[in-house]
This record gives sequence, structure tokens and C-alpha cells, in this order.
Amino acid sequence: MTGPLLEVEDLHIRFSTRRGPVEAVRGISLRLAPGETLGVVGESGSGKSVTAYAVTHLLDRAGSITQGRIRFRGRDITRAGRHELRELRGSAMSMIFQNPRGALNPIRTVGRQIADVLRAHNAITAREARERALDLLRAVLIRDPKGNLDAYPHELSGGMCQRVMIAMAIACEPALMIADEPTTGLDVTTQKTVMDLLARITAERGMAMILITHDLGLAAQYCRRVAVMERGLVVEEGAAARLFQAPDHPYTRRLIAASPTRTSTVADLVEGDAPPPPRRAPRAPGTPLLLEVQGLFKQYARTRAVDDVSFTLEPGESLGLVGESGSGKSTISRLICRLIDATAGEIIFDGQSIAATPARHFHKAPQRRDIQIVFQDPTDSLNPRFSAFDSIAHPLRRLDRLPSEAALRARVEECAERCGLPRELLDRFPHQLSGGQKARVGIARAIATRPRLLVLDEPTAALDVSVQAVILKLLDDLRREDGLGYLFVSHDLNVVRMMCERTIVLRQGRIVEQGPSAALFAAPQAAYTRELLAAIPHFDPEAMREPA
Amino acid sequence: MSATLRHVGWVLRGNPVTAAAAAGATLLLFVAFFAPWLAPYDPIASNVPNALQPPSAAHWAGTDQLGRDVFSRILYGTRVDLAIAFSAVSLSFAIGAVVGSFCGYVGGALDRVVGRLVDVLMAFPLFVLAMALVAALGNSIENIILATAFINLPFYIRFARAEVNVRRNLGWVEAARASGDSDLSVVLRFLLPNVLPAMAVQISLNLGWAILNAAGLSFIGLGITPPTPEWGIMVAEGARFITSGHWWLVAFPGLALMLSVLCFNLLGDGLRDILDPRMRT
Repeated sequence: MTGPLLEVEDLHIRFSTRRGPVEAVRGISLRLAPGETLGVVGESGSGKSVTAYAVTHLLDRAGSITQGRIRFRGRDITRAGRHELRELRGSAMSMIFQNPRGALNPIRTVGRQIADVLRAHNAITAREARERALDLLRAVLIRDPKGNLDAYPHELSGGMCQRVMIAMAIACEPALMIADEPTTGLDVTTQKTVMDLLARITAERGMAMILITHDLGLAAQYCRRVAVMERGLVVEEGAAARLFQAPDHPYTRRLIAASPTRTSTVADLVEGDAPPPPRRAPRAPGTPLLLEVQGLFKQYARTRAVDDVSFTLEPGESLGLVGESGSGKSTISRLICRLIDATAGEIIFDGQSIAATPARHFHKAPQRRDIQIVFQDPTDSLNPRFSAFDSIAHPLRRLDRLPSEAALRARVEECAERCGLPRELLDRFPHQLSGGQKARVGIARAIATRPRLLVLDEPTAALDVSVQAVILKLLDDLRREDGLGYLFVSHDLNVVRMMCERTIVLRQGRIVEQGPSAALFAAPQAAYTRELLAAIPHFDPEAMREPA
Repeated sequence: MSATLRHVGWVLRGNPVTAAAAAGATLLLFVAFFAPWLAPYDPIASNVPNALQPPSAAHWAGTDQLGRDVFSRILYGTRVDLAIAFSAVSLSFAIGAVVGSFCGYVGGALDRVVGRLVDVLMAFPLFVLAMALVAALGNSIENIILATAFINLPFYIRFARAEVNVRRNLGWVEAARASGDSDLSVVLRFLLPNVLPAMAVQISLNLGWAILNAAGLSFIGLGITPPTPEWGIMVAEGARFITSGHWWLVAFPGLALMLSVLCFNLLGDGLRDILDPRMRT
């Protein structure tokens, strides 16, 4: 074998910002042999994507390489000119991105876009390019390749769009493929098919691959070697099997501990005390259930988002709703919260029907303060013009007539403290807070009125694993201390298993399976549940197969 | 408060064009308020023996056909034109933002009906529409304001509608409803303040346009009547003397008009940066 395909030596990248220069990458070195797969894992801000952009010269103007060297097949490309780059991109290295739909041109058919790539690098006719594009679509296993050659990106699903991106990336037989979070935002089952395809294609064609991801399981499963990045440095690098079984660096250890696995509990994720014992006594006979949902339907123009869903929730119980996109789990959470109206069905909260009050009048209902919600994206869920204090105080001002401003302040500070939000952050605006801090504000706001049912709509989906671990712990503690009922909506099965006593699996608006979490995950009855479970990437030592 | 000032200072330092525009706009407002104290002569008193004098030390912008000081008339004209522009824009902003926000938030039939009405309105040549309105309602400053406000309305409705529409399903809007806010309060207390920064740009651009519109109406003889000092009338009256070489009658009021429109247009971008909380650190 000849020398390495790609060599990155002591790379430094600096961004100039309003508050002065920021060192995004502070001296990293990587080597990649032809045909090798390298996983680069790290949390947001670790510099993993920036490194990939530097290699492919896609850094925006604010960022520049201040030191170090990038060699491709022994040739220095650190300061390659535009002409040299055009030769390299596509035919020597190619890249696929997160959000495939955004990366495709919406007004050109996918066949033409693939043909464009082919014709940019080869002297071939339009007809030949179309033939080759069709072959490529077959190679990436697109359903009905002939028909979809003339499809526009919006006519294809997210997973199919990512396959088109892969087809474009391999069109000119590059030696290196850089995949930047290629499956973030896709469902687990789609993620599995896309990743399996990517792994097979790169192996068949002898391509090297750099997989950039925040998901340790994904890196472990699809890469032979893994580099862990933290704040612009590679803190640890090694064979995937060794790295995950015996991590050396404390950061790697923390990251692995924070990633939910098939067997972990909330307490495992963060070092700390054992959780307080739950304060839930069995429901006295004659007292009502916290929530009873009967035959819930929600019809949108042509699709039935929720199709005959019924379940119950005991006071203080936590119930998980899992499913992929389109399963209706978010619609159900908004129906229960009475933010939207059901087409048919009954919702009984604490013995009283609340489905009869239209959603637009529900703000006056006495139950409004008892049912609160935590949203998925912590950034989107805070009013940009409200300080953290105002965000938490708002439901109190509307729903709880507190006697004085001092009482309000005391209550807000108490909620913030319980959510681990330092008092001095209360005056900040959302854009001045980190993702984890914003999530805490969102939770503090939801518990401010002391609700009895908390609907959690993917509360940690937008957070890094280490932050997710802390937030999950916080939510778990809150529930145990306050006897809150949780309706926990998530696409992440491991998270639901840890957080919920019972789980409901949804698919296309219908309940596929429900039961106690432990039993459901240990011995799933429905084929769909088994498929979902099998699709989760993992790095459990006993389950990890040594790549052939 | 000091943080706000620091932020304004930062925006202006990084953006000299905005700073110049802001200075210009401040000057215009100052002149409008203090015209009686600033003007060296009475803008209406005629002094025929002194007519049509070119610019000099005594009359910086010369005198007109009745011997009135053009510079004093321009200073007084600032008052009339700015008053019309500000009232008209405030009116159309207040109505347009509220109507547009509700259309964007509620959607459905209301949105469709209002949307089509706006389309109809925009299909008219707007200046001609304003002319027709003033002609029909009668020649008064109030009616010029009403007409100018009316033809600006569609822009605000569309703008507010679009800005609210992209935000209505965001988490913080749903959170407000879960916190016990009615739809009315969500629109007025949550959505409107958030679309303000974007609308500030529109307001500033519109001010320039409204000044031009008011001056245009009086130029063609609608609205304000002589001898009120107003830029449009001054240009109209001066136009008769342009062929005889009395250029200053048209040039100075025209320049005032141009500079003030330019000022407000350039101010727009800076305003957006100042009002957007995300630009602060």
C-alpha cells in the first residue's frame, strides 16, 4: 500500500467574530489510509464540521486556516487554487451533508442534478449522463429509479433525498467521501438503511470515508477508527472497538456514559446521587385517573394524523409515546395540551371532559394551569423578546394571580433553582443562553404553575448527549419529587425506556403496541417495534460485531 | 438603558452610512420643530421689489417671484411634509400591522378575503388612487394624510401577514397559548413585538416615499394650497421660472426633498439592526 490518502497536520482554524477571533480548531492531526473509515465524533462546537469544511475548502469567509497543512495523496492542498480545487472536488473527494433536501436544488429534477455532476467532470453527452445517472440511482437503491429520475426533490422523502445526494457524491468515483451528519433528522429505520447503503457502497468501491457525527453508536457501528473531538482538539483516537470498551480520556468516558444504551438508567448517565424514591402511592379506589383518552381522531385535509388512539395515565405515572415522523405523536401531544381540536374522541382529565372546550377558549379553562408542555427546540420555544425571567413568569402572570411582584419573583427564582438555572441568568435573553440553559428555562416555565400533567414533546432532541443526560436527570427528579404525570413523546427509544414506566409505540397515527417499558423493550410483540429496536445504532461491547 | 445606548453606538460605528442618515433625520426633525426660530424671514410675507434674487449672503437660497425668502420657506416646508409623512405612515402602520398580523395568525377565510382586497388595491396605480381620493374627499391636509395612509396600507398588511405567518407555529407561540394567553393576546403581545424590527425597515422606507407622495400631490395642485410653504408647491411654482434661468426656485426645494427621502431610506437598514434583540450581546 502507498502512503496515506489524507493527512491533516497540526491544523488551526480561526473565525473572526464581533467579539474577536475564535479558535475553532486548535491543532488537530488526522491520517486516513485509502479505503479506510474514520469516525469523527464530538458535540456541537467541537470543531468537527469545521475540520471537514477546511479539507474540502468550504470554509466561509470569516474562517481561515491559520496554521497547519492538509495533504491529499501526498500533495499539499492547504492553499490550493480554484482550478486545482475543481479538479479535486467531486472526482477526488466529495461530501454529503445534513438536511439533504436543503442541499439539493429544488427546481431541477434529481436526474439532471446527477447528470450535472457527471458532465462537469467527464466529457460525455447528455444521453450518456442520463444513462449513468439511472445506474447510480439503481446503485443507491432508489425505489422506481426510472420514474424518480425525473422527480423533483420535494417529491421524495428525506431518506430518498439523502440517497440522491449519495448518488451525486459517488458519481465521479471519488477516493474520499466526507459525510457530515448524513442521517441527522432522519428516522432511525431510515438512518439504518441509508448508513448500511453508504457503508456498502464505500466498501465496494474502495472509497475512504470520514463520518462526522454526534452519535457515538453510529460511529462505533460504521467506522473502524474513531477520533473524539472536544473544543477544537482531538482528545482521543483509536480503533472503534477499543475506544468504546476502554476509553482513556475523561471526556470520552463522560461522553460514553452520557449516551443512552439499551440497558442504561437515568442515574447511569450522570455521575451523582441515586434518584429520590418516587412519591407515588397506588391510586385510591374511587379517585379518577389523571388522564383518559378514548378513541381520539385527528383528520387533516387528506391524512388522518391520529387514528383511533386510546390510553390512560395514572396520577404521577410517566407514559412514553414513541414513533417515527408521521406517527402522530406530536399531534397527540398538542391534542392533549388542548392547543388544537380533535376531530373526534374524548379526553378526560381528572374525571372531567376537556375535549368539549374548543382550543381557542381553553386558555380560560380551569385545567389550563394543570396541563403544561415542554417543547422540542429550546430556541424556538422562547420568545426572543422575553428575558428568561419573563418567560418563566409569563404563565404565572396569566394563570396564577399571585399577591405581589415579590411573590412572583420568589416563585420564578424557586422554579429556576429547581431546574438548575443560576439566578444571574434570569435577566438574559434567549440568544444569550446556551442550548441546555434554554431547555432549563423551558422546563421551569412549564412547571411554574405547578401542573399535574406535563407533556414533553421531544424535550432533548435538539441537545447534545451530555446536556441531554443532565436534562433527563432533571426531568426524572422533578417527576419523582412532585408526583407529576408525564406524557413523554420521543423518537429515541432508549430515552423513552429510561424515562417511562409504560410505553406506547405509534405508527401512522395508530397504536402498534403498548405495555410496561421493561417488558416491551425486552420482548417486543409487534414486528414494527422489533424493527425500530434493531435500527438503533449502539456500541454495547457484547452486541458489537467486529467489522469484516 | 446604558446597554441600549451602547448597542446603538455599536451599530452606528460599524455603519457610517446609517450614522449619517440618522444625523440627517435628526436634523430634519429639529428643523421641523424649530422652523419659526430658525427661519431668517417670514415665509409668507411678500416683498415684490426684491423678487427673483439669486442666492446671496442675505438670502441663502435666493428669493421667489413674490420676493419671499426661499430658504425660510424650505425650513417651514419641512414641517408640513414631515407632519404629513409621519401621520400617514403611523396610521397605515398601526392599522396594517394589526390587520396583517391577524390575517397571518388566523388564516382561513379572513386571510383569503383580506388578501384579495389587498391585491385589488395594489392593482391600482397608487399615486392615481391617492389623487382620486384627495379629489373626492376635498383639498385638506387631513385628506392628504388619509389618502397617503390608504395607499400605503397594502404593504403593511402583506408584510405583517408574512412575518406572522412564519412565526405562528413556533414553540413560543404555542407556549404562550399553554400559558393561558388568548389568540388576541398572542397576536398583540407576542407576535407584533417580534415583527417590529422587520417592519421598522418598511416604516423608514415608507417615510421617504410618503414625503415624496405628499409633495407630488401638491405639485400637481392637489392638497395643500399656496401660499403655504411646502416643497411640492415650491417646485411647482418655481418650474414656471426655470426657463428664464431662475434655477434656485426649483433646485433648493428639490434638493431638500431628495435629501430627506434619501435619509429615511438609508436609515431603514440601521433601524433593523438597532431594534433586533438578537443583534445585542
